[in-house]
Amino acid sequence: MDGKTYEVEVEVLEDDAIPRQMQKIRMLKAGEQGLVVEFGTEIDPAVNAQVHRLAKILTDEVPEQILEVVPTYRSLMVYFDPLVIVRENLQEKIARYLTSLDTVAAASDTTRIITIPVSYGGEYGPDLEFVARHNSVTEDEVIAIHTSTPYMVYMIGFTPGFPYLGGMSERIATPRLKTPRVKIPAGSVGIAGQQTGIYSIESPGGWQLIGRTPLMVFNPSAKSPFLFAAGDYLQFAAIKTEEYGALKEQVASGNYAPVVRNVARAEV
Amino acid sequence: MVCTVIDPGTLSTIQDKGRTGYRAFGMPISGIMDSYAFTMANILAGNSRNAAVVEMTMCGGRFRFPNEAYVAVCGADMQGKLNGKKIKNWSGFYVPAHSELAFGYAVSGCRTYLAFRGGVAVPQAMGSRSTYLRAKLGGIEGRALQSEDVLEIARAEALPSELNELAYSLVPRYENDLQLRVILGPQDDLFTEYGIATFLNRAYTVSTRNDRMAYLLEGPIVAHKTGADIVSDALCPGAVQIPGSGTPIIMMADCQTTGGYAKIATVIGPDLAKLAQAKADDTVRFVSCSDAEAVAALMTEKKCYEKASSASLSKINAV
Repeated sequence: MDGKTYEVEVEVLEDDAIPRQMQKIRMLKAGEQGLVVEFGTEIDPAVNAQVHRLAKILTDEVPEQILEVVPTYRSLMVYFDPLVIVRENLQEKIARYLTSLDTVAAASDTTRIITIPVSYGGEYGPDLEFVARHNSVTEDEVIAIHTSTPYMVYMIGFTPGFPYLGGMSERIATPRLKTPRVKIPAGSVGIAGQQTGIYSIESPGGWQLIGRTPLMVFNPSAKSPFLFAAGDYLQFAAIKTEEYGALKEQVASGNYAPVVRNVARAEV
Repeated sequence: MVCTVIDPGTLSTIQDKGRTGYRAFGMPISGIMDSYAFTMANILAGNSRNAAVVEMTMCGGRFRFPNEAYVAVCGADMQGKLNGKKIKNWSGFYVPAHSELAFGYAVSGCRTYLAFRGGVAVPQAMGSRSTYLRAKLGGIEGRALQSEDVLEIARAEALPSELNELAYSLVPRYENDLQLRVILGPQDDLFTEYGIATFLNRAYTVSTRNDRMAYLLEGPIVAHKTGADIVSDALCPGAVQIPGSGTPIIMMADCQTTGGYAKIATVIGPDLAKLAQAKADDTVRFVSCSDAEAVAALMTEKKCYEKASSASLSKINAV
């Protein structure tokens, strides 16, 4: 098996179960402790859903044979201890789950929609005006469009808790800043091209900042350090600048419970 | 209190094996850069394998010991001196009360591990004591050591008196010409045959841009078939990214968990420890290896630890 890519052909069910087609899923090597299950090479919600399904199955079914899994846009990284299980055995195990991935899991797919309150514009969103001007819409329209639909968290990366979100409207897409900012406060909500996201920790960055959330996306001292996981959806909701401070205090004192809805994935 | 930091040196941080289990949330592993020197330091200090230590970089620090202690020093040779007398690198030794332990510039290697009998006591942050500077997490207030910092011991243990030297055969030699074994993939298919041949047959130089996050190399360009960018996927320490410039970037302990450049190969775990001791201008050559060879290297490493442990135990217990 060494030096070769392990490939599995599985039957994929389209949304309405017809038509069927064959999908080639590749298992790639990422060092002696890493196995990449690659479902595709592009950003595609259906592909990403498969990634999250396999992540759940592996975490539930064979926790003792894997160290951890990392879902990304289009593949699942599976970290394992090669002194505990050899790659070939793990590959065969995963291949068995893959053949039933769509039929077994799709029906029971549930997800969470987490509401993210955001104070748009002003000092918290210094680039809101530019985003509006760039797209020939008003600032209020940018806010309305940005809060119009939940965005799926395809994956988390870049910094602890930073969500890569999908599904933002082209109507408010704006290129990155020419010169990145040196320091962006945690909680800043930004736009880069057709992507939107939240800076999870204070960091440098070039995204257009349109607002800020008082919630802590990443809080290392909390029992659950992360507000959301890959596979969840985020629904941004506009709050008044005056509300920001009070919410921030509630969050800091641990008295804020985020608004979370559990829904069937098909209903989002 | 075990000691006070008089001078922290270039960059000294508290580290253990790192923070696992949160990579799906974008949290890097962090932890020690050189797992071999780290593990040997803990073995020689009579500690559990994951006790927190001080990792020093390039130029070591100076520490004042008001009370007696037992410490071990492994990794780069930073010309350590205890009360002005040269210490033996790759050994554990007794430190009398009112001592000063001082390190200088690394004459071979880049990182030195200072382990204290009982381990360094700092609160665990998300299951680890490792310092992750970017998120200000772990260690002392999530930052590098500063002068006047006070280090405490996690577990009070009896202090041995004997010198506890690592067997000569277990001491690695840091050379300026490194050979790193890699497993090709996950995106080796995005490179031309010529690109892969370049990567595997030519020498690269460690640039001045090397830190806990990544080592950037200089040298011949590794040709992609079409482009360097991929839709981001997972990154692990050891991953060799080839960005558009065509020269390798090897990801290290603090590396982010996802990335958007094609990865031609991954340096195997035991060899990544060697790279952690490399400095600017050192030469790096890559050699392709199989899973079986990588597992054999892990087994060899494990045997080295077992051998060191059994030799160390008698010395540690001879209080």
